[in-house]
Amino acid sequence: MRKVLIANRGEIARRIIRTCREQGLGTVAVFSDADKDLPFVREADEAVHIGPPPVPHSYLNVDAIIAAAKQTGADAVHPGYGLLSENAAFARRCQEEGLLFIGPSPEVIAQMGDKLTARNVMHNAGVPIVPGCKEPAQSPDEAAQLASEIGYPVMLKASAGGGGIGMQICRDEAELRQAYQSAKGRAKAYFGNDAMYIERYVDEPRHIEVQIAGDIHGNVLHILERECSIQRRHQKVLEESPSPFLDDDTREKLCSAAVQAARAVGYTGVGTVEFIVDGNKQFYFLEMNTRLQVEHPVTEEMTGLDLVAMQLAIARGEKLSFAQEDIKAIRHAIELRVYAEDPVTFMPSPGTITLYQPPQLEGVRIDDGVETGTQVTPFYDPMIAKVIASGADRSEAIKRAKAAMQQFVLTGIKTNIPFLLEVLEDEQFVRGTYTTRFIQERKQKSV
Amino acid sequence: MKNVAATMAGTVINILVQKGDQVKAGQDVIVLESMKMEVPVQAEADGVVAEIKVNSGDFVNDGDVIVVLE
Repeated sequence: MRKVLIANRGEIARRIIRTCREQGLGTVAVFSDADKDLPFVREADEAVHIGPPPVPHSYLNVDAIIAAAKQTGADAVHPGYGLLSENAAFARRCQEEGLLFIGPSPEVIAQMGDKLTARNVMHNAGVPIVPGCKEPAQSPDEAAQLASEIGYPVMLKASAGGGGIGMQICRDEAELRQAYQSAKGRAKAYFGNDAMYIERYVDEPRHIEVQIAGDIHGNVLHILERECSIQRRHQKVLEESPSPFLDDDTREKLCSAAVQAARAVGYTGVGTVEFIVDGNKQFYFLEMNTRLQVEHPVTEEMTGLDLVAMQLAIARGEKLSFAQEDIKAIRHAIELRVYAEDPVTFMPSPGTITLYQPPQLEGVRIDDGVETGTQVTPFYDPMIAKVIASGADRSEAIKRAKAAMQQFVLTGIKTNIPFLLEVLEDEQFVRGTYTTRFIQERKQKSV
Repeated sequence: MKNVAATMAGTVINILVQKGDQVKAGQDVIVLESMKMEVPVQAEADGVVAEIKVNSGDFVNDGDVIVVLE
């Protein structure tokens, strides 16, 4: 491996470039018309224009990306997160073109990308799953029948869904019948696959995930958990680790289940096993993300490890350079996602950043993709920066996160920074007893 | 004439009305997508759709007139 093409944009492209550079690897950025002035394009050794702003014509345009790799002589492709990162056909195409895809095999990506298959694989491997149907519900009547067997409330999900799209809680049969048709239509439009399945909706749910790493020599380890329950529209807003909710016994069981899950599919690379954990600390497999996670810096700041470096080492065929007992939480870390959106309604707020001054504070890491003068366009995800605060314990991490939010200067567009500050000052957050309903409950109260 | 204007920059992903339709104030007429989020745009007053100025897939800027009511 000598030159890595980064098939992504914004902050994660910069993050990957940083580690590649530390390792003496060449870097190639690809960019759309909308992104030509962004920092990641300048920071890569080379940059190739791949098309107009809409993602199907640029960042999802496999032919253009492969051509960029050939043109620059890149020999490896890092897909980042989102976009093509969990696209098995893209991983296979890279292989066919003689490019090293930095991630698991196309077979594993395909297996875990289909939520129903993933569920069945995990069930057979002895990993706990939420009670639910094994096959898609074919009609509203079948859905209603299955839901009454599983018990309300139920979660209606698109098999091919992700990022919260195509998911709906149904509290009774009337709600389910109504949701079924609209969710099915949306799944067809978004994913080209309208298979819908139903599972029990877990009460007092926490979303807790486990970072795992596997090498091609069969070693699989976990790198502890991340607590990701603070979400809006099923998208994470704040993550922290260690989870304030888990006791050592549950943590051990959860992390072991994640390793079991990764072993079951012969996982190679870094990946994340997502679980839903109920109020009684029962946990169930949700899905597996076969890529680097947005919130990977939480794990890095907690443990001192570099997950991108680990991905590169695994892709080169090296053995994992540490043992399970070497993995320790040496600090508490909290990540806050800064979104270009209204802090009250969470509506998108594209526009030009007139002044950008992120805080420079001890124990605060900034992973960002913008600068003063950047035009935040409506074509891509609203996340523009991540602030990762860490400290010797949770209260120190919270204190630093608060200071960082108070000192963050970003003008010209609306951001959720005022909202993130509210979260950090919230009594339930400070106690660490929050669930995935945290934001929703507060929004309902304020209406 | 009462116009319905885009409330943000984004792509038109769904047109919910046709020329000649009677719409009421507050009714969703168009769905825009911006930053991976679907945002419906509502009519601000009652009226009849006289003209739809966009097609599905078009990109609109904040304030662009998308539907003309009369």
